[in-house]
Amino acid sequence: MNIASRFNVLPDDGQTVQFTLDGEIVTAKQGISLAAALLAQSGTASRQTVNGAGRTAFCMMGVCFDCMVNVDGVPNTQACMVTVRDGMRVTRQIGLRPLEGSNDV
Amino acid sequence: MSECDLVIIGAGPAGMAAAQTAAQGGLSVVVLDEQPRAGGQIYRNVGENRSKHAWLGKDYSAGAHMVDGLDHPKITTHFGATVWRLEQGHRVVWSQNGISHITPAPHVLLAGGAQERPLPFPGWTLPGVMPAGAAQILMKTAGMLPKDAVLAGSGPLLYLIAAQMIDAGTPPKALVETQTPRMMLNAIQHLPRAVFGLSTMIKGLGLIRKIQRAGVPRYKSASGFSAAANTDGSIAFSFTHKGRNKTLNTDLVLTHQGVIPSTHISRSTGVSHRWNAAQVAFEPSTDIWGETNVSGLHVAGDGAGIGGAQAAAAAGQLAALNILHKHGRLSADARTQKATSARATLFRARAIRPFLDAAYAPPAEALSPPDETIVCRCEEKTAGEIRQGIDEGVSGHRQIKTSLRTGMGPCQGRMCDATVRGILIASAGPNADPIAPPRARTPIKPVSLGELAAMAAGSDQSS
Repeated sequence: MNIASRFNVLPDDGQTVQFTLDGEIVTAKQGISLAAALLAQSGTASRQTVNGAGRTAFCMMGVCFDCMVNVDGVPNTQACMVTVRDGMRVTRQIGLRPLEGSNDV
Repeated sequence: MSECDLVIIGAGPAGMAAAQTAAQGGLSVVVLDEQPRAGGQIYRNVGENRSKHAWLGKDYSAGAHMVDGLDHPKITTHFGATVWRLEQGHRVVWSQNGISHITPAPHVLLAGGAQERPLPFPGWTLPGVMPAGAAQILMKTAGMLPKDAVLAGSGPLLYLIAAQMIDAGTPPKALVETQTPRMMLNAIQHLPRAVFGLSTMIKGLGLIRKIQRAGVPRYKSASGFSAAANTDGSIAFSFTHKGRNKTLNTDLVLTHQGVIPSTHISRSTGVSHRWNAAQVAFEPSTDIWGETNVSGLHVAGDGAGIGGAQAAAAAGQLAALNILHKHGRLSADARTQKATSARATLFRARAIRPFLDAAYAPPAEALSPPDETIVCRCEEKTAGEIRQGIDEGVSGHRQIKTSLRTGMGPCQGRMCDATVRGILIASAGPNADPIAPPRARTPIKPVSLGELAAMAAGSDQSS
């Protein structure tokens, strides 16, 4: 399953930034949250639970923790609580939440 | 470690109004908020948007002047600041960019607002199902409009978001409403009082008229929600309407069933809480100024019981006036005199609540969903597993948590406590003992061990 975004992204004459999601380059509006950028890019899961279920950002306000991704090596980062930045390296989090504060760096 | 007189946690309408009143009265104020900018959820990003995105409406853009009010020499703001501990006395411990800080202050005002009530049903965890408020945040902060979405549930916010989507040119595909004629009947007894909130009523009716004029199909008294993923990633959203099963295929289901106070911080600090039966939620017990049983600790806004933005701003002013009085800056008489207009605003704003609470009450199945429903999203525990635990003798929030792990994930019960309680109540029957609210403990938001270790090593720099 690979569904396009479930949202219409209004055109904006503002700046954009580029980050990578699992190595692929994604362009996003500057100043938006990483969770918004992920939802603007695709409707596909940004996380997989222990039981293998796909999840995307849910509450968008820091409450539910369904938007957790790995950002620049830091796992369990709430994508809705960080602003997307140029050069950010984002990877989808698969399975059990890692305990260590940083991996793969 | 610079001192301040008052720490305000939350920069929504309550926190912003309180900060302005307290600073004008001469107090030095520190405002902490988790989000990147002031406004709370209702005025999310309003300082950036101003009147851009006219489809968000005038009530939204009116919030910009409150954000501007934070620009005051006696007010210091920290955004992206997550409070994870509050010590009596008081010391507020908060994290920003992975570093923890401690801010001591004689007075603390909790203005953390509300969260959407979780609306669990089979399939609510699938990509493509979100709370309607979350979609509204995307509209406000990222100019992202829901595509052909189905709005499901009930409450004033559902109509507001539908109207905003219509004005933005992307009307919802349908409204699937849980409100029943019986709920409306229960609400009618509250109409005489609601007359004091007539302008709000007229606005609400205007929203409904807009939805009708736009020709959006409305399925009323719907029940039995479930969602399944189609192979193309879209959602098959099913429900019962007029005794028949109906399925709508859509990319996005946006659910809403009202909002409930965020009480982790007040529960973690020894504040006593009361059950609000009309709003089906716990709220901190306060006096008429928002003061709690914990000395020096006030609560204002939706975090003290749902009243909406105008009520929140008024309650923030009242709390600030009381704090000014306690701090020796205002006599009791001056405090009462200055409170007159905020009291009137609060009265008008609250007048309509009993009507709204009854008219948009959560249906039984939202509080105690069918067995196959995931209740705890973090630990993937279902309603059936919780019921089985109860059958085996597990009782109360704590035993369910320790035996099943519900509420042990990173959200710390924010997404499941209300449903666990609903299942406990439905299982226990009407004559059972009241169920105490679940405990909330430090850290009330996850914090890394490295960050704690850095504090212990004395590397903390307080603001």
